[in-house]
Amino acid sequence: MQSEDTDEHCPEDLSADEPAPGEQPPEEPVLFYNETVIDHFTSPRNVGEIDNPDGFALVGDPACGDQMKLWIRVEGGYILDIKFKSFGCPGAIATSSMATMLAMGMHIDDARLLTDDDVVRALGGIPANKEHCSLMGVGALHAAIRDYEQRSSKKL
Amino acid sequence: MSRQTIYFDHNATTALCPEARQAMLPFFEGEFGNPSSYHHLGRKARASLQASRYGLADIFNCGPGEVVFTSGGTEANNMALRGAAAALRRRGRHIIVSAIEHHSVLKTAEALAASGYDVTFAPVDDQGVVDPQRVAAATRPDTILISVMSANNETGALQPVHELGKLSRRQGIVFHTDAVQAFGKIDLGTVFEWADLVTLASHKIYGPAGAGALLVRNGTPLASVITGGHHERGLRGGTENIAAIAGFAAASLQAVAGLDEKAARIGSLRDRFEARLLEDISGICINSRDARRVHNTSNICFEGVESESVLLHLDLLGICASAGSACTTGEPGPSHVLRAMGLSNMQAQGALRFSLGRSTTAEEVDTVAAALAGIVEKLRSLSSL
Repeated sequence: MQSEDTDEHCPEDLSADEPAPGEQPPEEPVLFYNETVIDHFTSPRNVGEIDNPDGFALVGDPACGDQMKLWIRVEGGYILDIKFKSFGCPGAIATSSMATMLAMGMHIDDARLLTDDDVVRALGGIPANKEHCSLMGVGALHAAIRDYEQRSSKKL
Repeated sequence: MSRQTIYFDHNATTALCPEARQAMLPFFEGEFGNPSSYHHLGRKARASLQASRYGLADIFNCGPGEVVFTSGGTEANNMALRGAAAALRRRGRHIIVSAIEHHSVLKTAEALAASGYDVTFAPVDDQGVVDPQRVAAATRPDTILISVMSANNETGALQPVHELGKLSRRQGIVFHTDAVQAFGKIDLGTVFEWADLVTLASHKIYGPAGAGALLVRNGTPLASVITGGHHERGLRGGTENIAAIAGFAAASLQAVAGLDEKAARIGSLRDRFEARLLEDISGICINSRDARRVHNTSNICFEGVESESVLLHLDLLGICASAGSACTTGEPGPSHVLRAMGLSNMQAQGALRFSLGRSTTAEEVDTVAAALAGIVEKLRSLSSL
């Protein structure tokens, strides 16, 4: 029989968030997201689809939260057009928008080097518990580039 | 940009009503006594506490000794489950709670399960209503406690608590109901005819946060969970939060005064809201639509959009609503209530809750409905689905 005296609840380590002596409590922003994120959320850039794209990617799983589609048109190794559509939270929409903005006009060799951090930095940061959303935009970009490369190698 | 706040989140919390505020003021202005003290300041505080207790007892047609003040609904739910389980552990170890309870019941039940109790989670139908027959079938000779909420906080669906309570009483099982979302929305004046333990919270009925109560029907076995003093019949040690309790009692009076008229008015606004949405937005579904619901709650799935995105657009327009899921609230994954009703993860992902209240006007309803139509159209236009 199970003992009733066993610890049924171990609180998380409370010291982790403990401020240093004299430290001011962090200010809670009125908005959860910063203005740049809000801007990309309310007016996302490069929304849409590209007919006959050179590369396409579908990432994420709507059942788990977010899904994103991304199209690229490539000429001479440069991303001349990029469009996306997204079913997701504000973080996913804003990071996707920013990822497409950064990648637009880039050479695919450079675009391949773009990271989630680049996107988050360009947005001026996103809340910590939303950082996983930023994975999608860059992930879709990389996948679309891979798709482009596969298509072009088949053509050869 | 000047904008007005439109508050459609009354199931989360409510604005303090003037009567509650008035009742609390003396305690911020000199009447700071401890009700356990001998002297006149203590006696004054004690008198206020008594008045609050009698006020609550009047509303629920119970004895003043059956009102146990707590810090709120979560504490009352913990007290009910842990207290009854501990008091009855020699009689049995089996507890039944519904799958759609508030986390303060669910997590407590899980904690009890981890410490040797046997917990059955009773399912709900696609309207989010517990089936009493399923509960009856789940009872066993060692069942000691059944806990089912009176109204669900997310969908507003009323639960068959009368039936469940009577079923429990026939079998000598303690019946607890979390009535936090039902108080002030349906008549609970005869609650002890079917329930033994009843949870109430002040801040859902235009009282201050930090007060609530567990109504404990005389003779109900209940062990003390917070030990320490003689306070609250020894059930809840700790100096009473006199100001909040006075505010709670004043708000309670207002909550039951003219309840039918208020319910009819807010209910017609809720119906207007839903009618507008159904007219203006395709691909929506009103959850628990065919169930009996409290008059103020509307839980709606918007196909093809993610709820936090809708919520943020609303927020930017000054409109407060809430999502059943969303990691913003710190609760990962879609709503356990909607999932228990059989909604897919993706459907639950697009669910929002609008809860109307005393301040709600027809203009607000129309504004929010129009805003939603625009937001959903915008989000769908960029949706990859």
